[in-house]
Amino acid sequence: MPETKPVLMQGNEACAEGAISAGVRFYAGYPITPSTEIAERMAARLPGLGGVFIQMEDEIASMAAVIGASIGGKRTLTATSGPGFSLKQENIGYAVMAEIPCVIVNVQRMGPSTGVPTAPSQGDVMQARWGTHGDHPIIVFSPASVYETYYLTIAAVNLSQKLRQPVILLLDEVIGHMREKVFIPEDSKLMVEKASDKVPADYKPYDEKGLTPLVPFGFGHYYHVTGLFHDQYGFPTGDPLQVERAQDRIHAKLDKYRDEVVLTNYIGHKEPRVVIVTYGCTVRSARAVIKKAYWQNRQPVGLLSLQTLWPFPAKEIETLAKQADVILVPEMNMGQILGEVERHVKGEAEVIPINRYDGEMISPDQISEKMGRWLS
Amino acid sequence: MAVIESSTQDYLRTKKLPHIWCPGCGNGIVTAALIRAIERADYDQSDVVIVSGIGCSSRAAGYLNFNTLHTTHGRALAFATGLKMARPELKLFVIMGDGDCSAIGGNHFIHSARRNLDLNAVVVNNHIYGMTGGQHSPLTPTGKKATTAPGGTLEREFNLLDLAKGAGATFGARGTAAQPRQLEQLIARGANHKGFSVIEALSPCPIAYGRKNKLGGAVDMLRDMKDSSISVERAAGMEEADLKDKKITGVIYNYDVPEYAEVYYRSIGKD
Repeated sequence: MPETKPVLMQGNEACAEGAISAGVRFYAGYPITPSTEIAERMAARLPGLGGVFIQMEDEIASMAAVIGASIGGKRTLTATSGPGFSLKQENIGYAVMAEIPCVIVNVQRMGPSTGVPTAPSQGDVMQARWGTHGDHPIIVFSPASVYETYYLTIAAVNLSQKLRQPVILLLDEVIGHMREKVFIPEDSKLMVEKASDKVPADYKPYDEKGLTPLVPFGFGHYYHVTGLFHDQYGFPTGDPLQVERAQDRIHAKLDKYRDEVVLTNYIGHKEPRVVIVTYGCTVRSARAVIKKAYWQNRQPVGLLSLQTLWPFPAKEIETLAKQADVILVPEMNMGQILGEVERHVKGEAEVIPINRYDGEMISPDQISEKMGRWLS
Repeated sequence: MAVIESSTQDYLRTKKLPHIWCPGCGNGIVTAALIRAIERADYDQSDVVIVSGIGCSSRAAGYLNFNTLHTTHGRALAFATGLKMARPELKLFVIMGDGDCSAIGGNHFIHSARRNLDLNAVVVNNHIYGMTGGQHSPLTPTGKKATTAPGGTLEREFNLLDLAKGAGATFGARGTAAQPRQLEQLIARGANHKGFSVIEALSPCPIAYGRKNKLGGAVDMLRDMKDSSISVERAAGMEEADLKDKKITGVIYNYDVPEYAEVYYRSIGKD
């Protein structure tokens, strides 16, 4: 695709630009550090594109407004951080249940509660998975650079449209506020994947047979949208058989499109003994370690960075566990993705956590020190 | 007795009936008044959107054959705000109960009033949380009993229309389920009003509220509702003391203020 000259940009700005490239024309949000630049960029950009920017009265309303606009046919995005992400949870569950596409950005800061608003953290990994109540499918991306933020935002918007499923972008303060080079394509229309427009007269927005595009309100299809379990036309049901089927169907969507949903990236030795598994800004420290240990010293090490945190890249971890003796899991929390890694390693390799939760990044030294012990 | 001419049935999803409401509930009367008001306004059926929250009255959305959006508790107006901004040509009616609108949804209510988007809020006020079995709401009059106020609530109640007015609402009206023709007219006038309109519809809940407070059956409650209401025109000439226990019905206020979606789209050169 045609690219222009590189632009120096902040992660938060790249997120906003990615959204615009992917056709997002509606943003509702509420100011919160360290995500505010996304709202500010959208406020500056959307009016010129004929889009809507609205600052709502709170995070709950922002999430609701985004869902409302999606039902009106807009591509939508909202951004927030920890406390605001907590407030959005109920309506995120609504979007999952009613299968309304939308993208929610959480630029993580240190929690719990007000925490350290300006300090980076990766403490919302489990909240992103299980923040809203009830069993539910969710897609969570976690970019490790400004450029990756741009592209993962586009992927998030397109995937959310295709699967009619909310997608969460879990940035961290480091990625959100860091400035890096980004290539923005000249023709941003290229980035928009169109869902099929073919709609039968007997439109079933929740067709049991598989994915159906969401026909926006106002086109003569009088279906119902609700957070209650519902039948194929959207009408409430409490019938155990229909409830179970609906629950299975919304989960199956993600399994079926796993290849598009689960994104990881491996660099390093072909037959590694020690592998680092990490995500977000911690990938950067890990990459510095690999640069020295593998590219310079040819040691048997590797790095699996997880662009997708949820659904968890289980297969990729299972494969790794068969090759490596040791898996290091650095993360800026007290150990959240760690449990998932252990679950899928199934004792086939040693899993070693490296944690930091003082509002500072994990340094390359902190990782290489642990790594060295297993290589000697 | 006059027969109300209407093709109400055309806009009902009759296959979804019978409804879940208790015998004697006023929700059916309010819903029918809403349908007739929409009919009067002569909108395209495909342009009409019914948004609702959570509670007994909010279940009306499922029975109405329009674009229907049954949202989360208290958030109907916030969903509606997003939809209306995205698609200003659609005609939105937002059904909420008293608890849904004024307690959990209070923040969205005042900000909707301030913003002045063209949304028509129909607040069915039965003074109680019905679906959960009769707890007091911010619109339960002081002293009235509820399952969470067994000795009568000690709290003060909101005057919903004053609250909305203070927050900047540009149209406020009150009607009752005992006077369905007037209610229909009020909703229709609200629909014609360009901006945020609030129609408070007083409605009986004989099961969860009436029984607890010994107010009799549905018919008694409707009769009392009628007897205690007084039109805004008649009330104009009366002393405040004489109006103490009265509910003033009719269009209480109606101001001409620029509507927000129009203001927004004009500002971006897309009106």
